[in-house]
Amino acid sequence: MGVEKKRFLNQSEAEGLKQVIPEDFPGKVIPGGNGGNIVVTTLDNVINWGRSNSLWPLYFGTSCCAIEMMQTGAPKHDFSRFGFEVARPSARQADLIIIAGTIVNKMGPVLRRLYDQMAEPKYVIAMGACAISGGPFYYNTYSVIKGADHVIPVDVYIPGCPPRPEALLEGMIMLQKKIKTENMKHKVNPIDGFDEGKV
Amino acid sequence: MKNEDLQNIINELGENLEFTKEESEFLNIIVPKEQLYKVCSQLKSNPDLKFDYAFCITGMDWGAELGVIYHLHSTVFEHEIVVKVKTEDRENPVLDSVHDIWQTAEFHELEIYDFFGIKFNNHPKLRRLFLTPEWEGFPLRKDYVDEANMIIK
Repeated sequence: MGVEKKRFLNQSEAEGLKQVIPEDFPGKVIPGGNGGNIVVTTLDNVINWGRSNSLWPLYFGTSCCAIEMMQTGAPKHDFSRFGFEVARPSARQADLIIIAGTIVNKMGPVLRRLYDQMAEPKYVIAMGACAISGGPFYYNTYSVIKGADHVIPVDVYIPGCPPRPEALLEGMIMLQKKIKTENMKHKVNPIDGFDEGKV
Repeated sequence: MKNEDLQNIINELGENLEFTKEESEFLNIIVPKEQLYKVCSQLKSNPDLKFDYAFCITGMDWGAELGVIYHLHSTVFEHEIVVKVKTEDRENPVLDSVHDIWQTAEFHELEIYDFFGIKFNNHPKLRRLFLTPEWEGFPLRKDYVDEANMIIK
C-alpha cells in the first residue's frame, strides 16, 4: 500500500500541495486519507456486526454442562438478548457449535462430521473442563478424548465444571468480539491445515 | 420380609452360602460359582422369595478375583437381595449365564463380557457390545494397560 516517494511527490506537486519529506527518510511514505480501504473496512464492519449479532448455536450437549447451557437459554439469563436467539438442531443451519460435555472416542467422528456439515463461517465454543482437556473425572481412561480441540479447531474455551451461565455468556460475548475483528481479506478457515497439526 | 427371614430361607437353597450385611440395607449373599445357576433359579421359583426382577447386574474386579453382582428384587413381595459370585481365574474366567432366568441378564452379560472379559456358559451369543469387535483387552479391569490414552501411576 506504500507508494514510491518520487511519484507521490510529483503527484502532490501537481495538485498544488507541498509536502516535505526528508531525503534520508527510511522506507516508503504512505499517503493518509486517500480513502483506499474505506469501502472494504466499512463492509467488514457491517458484515461482522451482522454475523456477531445473529449467531445461531448448535447444541452439542454430551453431559452435565448441557444443563447450564439450557439455563443460559432460559429466561433468567436469556442469551437471545445477545443474538444467540435460535438454537438449531441441525448443523446445516448453525453458525456456532457449543460443545458442552465429554467427547469420547466414539463421539469424536460424529462431532467432526457435524462440524464439517456446518456452513462457513463457523465457530466453536468448548464449554467446561471435559471439552477443554478431557475433564476432571474421566481423564485417565481408555475412552475419553483429551479435549475437543483434538477433533476440531476451537475459538473460545470456557473453563469451569460446569461453568455457570454467566461464564457461558461471557464466552459467547468474547466470541462476538473476536468476530468483530475479522476482515474479509485476511479471513482464514480454521480447519485449513488443522489435520496436519497447524494450531 | 425381613433380611433375617430371607437369610433363613435362602440358606436352605445351597451349600456354603456366605451371608454378609456390609452396612447396606440389602442382604448380601456370596455364592460359590458352581452353585450360581441352581441358587438363582430357586431364588426366582421359590414361592416365598419370587425374585422375578434383576434390576442391576454389575461386573466387578476386586483385584485378586473377578466377579458379578446381581441385585434382585421381587415385584410380588417387594424385597431385595444382593447376590455375589467370584472367580479367581483371571486368565479365563467362566461363570454360568442366568439369561434364561432373567432375560435382562442377556445384555448385562454382554456388557460384562465386553469390559471385564468374563465368559458366560450357555449365553446365546457372546460378543463385543460397546467396543469395536477387534478391540484387544478388557478396559475396566484394574490391570488394563493403554499407554496412548492413560497415565499409569
